[in-house]
Amino acid sequence: MTRLGSLAPSPPSSAVETAGLGKRFGKLWALQDCSVRVPRGRVVALVGPNGAGKTTLLRMLAGLSRPTTGEARILGRRPEQSEEFLSTIGYLAQDVPLYRRMTARQHVEVGAGLNRRWEGEAAIARLEALRVPTDRPVSTLSGGQRAQVALGLALAKRPAVLLLDEPVAALDPLARREFLAALAGAVAEDEVSVVLSSHLVHDLERVCDFVILLSASRVQLCADIEEILDTHRFLVGPRRPAAEIERAMDAVSVTQTARQSRVLVRTDGPIADPSWQVSEVGLEDVILAYMGRDADGVEQQTVGLGATA
Amino acid sequence: MSFQLVPDSGVPAYLQLVQQVRQAIRMGVLQVGDKLPTVKEVVTEVAVNPNTVLKAYRELEHEGLVEGRQGVGTFVSRRPSGPPPSTQARLARSLERWVETARREGLDDESIEALLRAILRAATPARSA
Repeated sequence: MTRLGSLAPSPPSSAVETAGLGKRFGKLWALQDCSVRVPRGRVVALVGPNGAGKTTLLRMLAGLSRPTTGEARILGRRPEQSEEFLSTIGYLAQDVPLYRRMTARQHVEVGAGLNRRWEGEAAIARLEALRVPTDRPVSTLSGGQRAQVALGLALAKRPAVLLLDEPVAALDPLARREFLAALAGAVAEDEVSVVLSSHLVHDLERVCDFVILLSASRVQLCADIEEILDTHRFLVGPRRPAAEIERAMDAVSVTQTARQSRVLVRTDGPIADPSWQVSEVGLEDVILAYMGRDADGVEQQTVGLGATA
Repeated sequence: MSFQLVPDSGVPAYLQLVQQVRQAIRMGVLQVGDKLPTVKEVVTEVAVNPNTVLKAYRELEHEGLVEGRQGVGTFVSRRPSGPPPSTQARLARSLERWVETARREGLDDESIEALLRAILRAATPARSA
């Protein structure tokens, strides 16, 4: 991570790149020293507890909020409220901004007048294929159907990067799945890069292939999911002092019971010490372990969510 | 064919897809020359990352079971080794009858799976540790 708040002209291979990005509201830093790089064509899970800075980051990427420090680039360009920049991104705010009395079809017609590129017919066809009523006021639709309308509108402008703030948080499990399926379909078809935030990682694990974890206003993890799973392991063995464990390895979290030490470790090779029983990790295990860490330390004793919220 | 992914099974999603295609070919649901569902069809059915499907198809290609044709799709090119679909079907029928009996005797699915695993382990001395 670089601490310098400037970026060399970014190669177009990055969908999103930030350096030293920060945002302060009054005395409070909502996001600090955020340096991430996401290649194109990825579906990124932006995860972290409530208040970790996810919305703040997405708003800055969408050009809706100006950074206090550092800078951001989307496809090599600085986010701003210009027609040119906005035509390359789709942004869906947390509260699903739709006009309650308008139908999906009317939304599509309005969009046609506001956007350079607009595939309205395809958007309607996609909604109809999902059996979402397009001729009824959106206020009469279910939450899942409204989310599909909003996604359809965001995709109709054929954005290269799609930014979605907690798109599935308010949906029931089936609607959530349908939304993510529609999103995955769009990725397969259009090669759009996606960043979607969520305070839960479980739902997103299969659809996303990249993770950015924010906790306590900072980036704790930014990597390819497969790589994360390849480079982390759980170790269980006879109890030994935490300090000794931390000297010996790159421990992310250490949980002590009366007789055993349980360690989530970052490692590039096999574990040599045969007294550890080694097992593979799930993404959620890793996320929770990093979330529980304080700014620069190893998480100890409990694998909990509350401490950093 | 249609896919189904079991979450939290410990088996990676791409491997579940690989296993399901293999099984579909073994059972004759997919035959040599048949086209596999497109990546888009699979992802909209099971809500999975497109790269997961590509990885599964690459693995099947590597095994020589399917063949990708640029811009056309992925096609079944060979059956995995093992008995023909008719034998598979016959074995499936006898297993179905066995499962019926087991359920009638009061075994639940978990007990049936445990029993099957235990017998598989006992019957494959080459693999037992």
